[in-house]
Amino acid sequence: MGAPHLLVHAKKDTVGVVVVEDLKAGTDMLCVVTEDDSSFRLKAKMNVPIGHKIALVDIKKGDTVWKYGQDIGQAVADIKKGEHVHVHNLKTKRW
Amino acid sequence: MAARTSRRSIRTSNRNGHGTFLGWRRENGRVGVRNHVVILPLDDLSNAACEAVANTIKGTLALPHHYGRLQFGADLDLHFRTLIGAGSNPNVAAVVVIGIEDGWTQRVVDGIAKTGKPVTGFGIEGTGDLGTIAKASRVAKDYLQWASELRREECPISELWVSTKCGESDTTTGLASCPTVGNMYDKLIPQGIYGVFGETSEITGAEHIAEARAATPEIGEKWYRVWKAYQDEVIEAHKVDDLSESQPTKGNIAGGLTTIEEKALGNLEKIGRTCRYIDVLAPAETPSKGPGLYYMDTSSAAAECVTLMAAAGFTVHTFPTGQGNVIGNPILPVIKITGNPRTVRTMSEHIDLDVSGILRREMTLDEAGDALIDMILRTANGRLTAAEALGHREFVMTKLYRSA
Repeated sequence: MGAPHLLVHAKKDTVGVVVVEDLKAGTDMLCVVTEDDSSFRLKAKMNVPIGHKIALVDIKKGDTVWKYGQDIGQAVADIKKGEHVHVHNLKTKRW
Repeated sequence: MAARTSRRSIRTSNRNGHGTFLGWRRENGRVGVRNHVVILPLDDLSNAACEAVANTIKGTLALPHHYGRLQFGADLDLHFRTLIGAGSNPNVAAVVVIGIEDGWTQRVVDGIAKTGKPVTGFGIEGTGDLGTIAKASRVAKDYLQWASELRREECPISELWVSTKCGESDTTTGLASCPTVGNMYDKLIPQGIYGVFGETSEITGAEHIAEARAATPEIGEKWYRVWKAYQDEVIEAHKVDDLSESQPTKGNIAGGLTTIEEKALGNLEKIGRTCRYIDVLAPAETPSKGPGLYYMDTSSAAAECVTLMAAAGFTVHTFPTGQGNVIGNPILPVIKITGNPRTVRTMSEHIDLDVSGILRREMTLDEAGDALIDMILRTANGRLTAAEALGHREFVMTKLYRSA
């Protein structure tokens, strides 16, 4: 298995983290779940910087977003599978 | 060629030492990994004299800071605890204290003297800076020459007190550098080291996990009260917006972190999988329940937090960073660990341990944890950290409220 483009913490997660620089839209990403070393492929729909998140499934506005198998906030816009997830479409539930 | 030879010899000594290091055993039995003679100002007014002494007696170390006048109550207690703690740290061989007046100067001297190490204080009033600098420099010179002859001895790894705090986090810290620290704690806490983590504000969003990692429900409740007090007395009392640009920070957001929950979950990766914390410390409080992992109530600002951990007596610090925090501390060596390949490339001079191989699946967490233990031992044996070599000496007092 080559170096992954995207790492996912837990099976339950709905987002993964880009771990390569200069990821381009259209890349057929190798995605690895660190919890159990399982892998899958996903097409990136946008250019996404290293360290930023990509949706693994279609996420609806108001849905809880999962990472580390935990609640990290809620979507404030609809997000399609393969799209960039960040401050424009995900907000904390805390403050 | 010389550098290569010395590097090889350090590695060999570690391999032969089987988890030992060469440290300085102090009068109270604690072991230090540095041998500083500190010139410690009681207050902001005394910085100039302390820096003059350190300039005159080369090899001594002044710790200038901004406060110490008209403080009162818990804020004053913390000020004294931090100064006395810094002077008492086993990385410090001897201390000269200079204050504007004799009374509070003597209070710091008396606190440090409990360790048994050499310490002398000087008040400026009635003498002036120049006379004080002359008198203090004579004592500093004697201390420096005395300390220069102290010998290191071989000590088991269990004598180390290893603190942690991360900074300029991004999503790679949660994937690589923070779990590397966690793996180290999972291996070394059972061997009898002291550990500490803190950052009360940055646990928000993962407080259910932090509370559950206490050794007992009572300790978990104590932790929750500390966290809740911070929420009520600091955040809710002072916030003017939703903190969206303070937690996470602009740097965190640039690095891909979106919410405080996400940041907190990555942060908590530093305490590993199996460690449980055995007590909750006030800022700068020295652990008193024996070896194990502790929680300290600290700010999440790097220099403030690391200064409090130095004052509590920790002797080596592990600092995961994503986007590249450059912090150091004058008496506590700060080891920088990053998993972000861009930071490794663009800020290599600040990085002591590159764990970006975890992201490429070329390095396991177990291997990264072992590499960090090796770096901790090399640092304890005298390797200067990147922050030490670059002259980062951020000594920052935590202030609880305005002075009188």
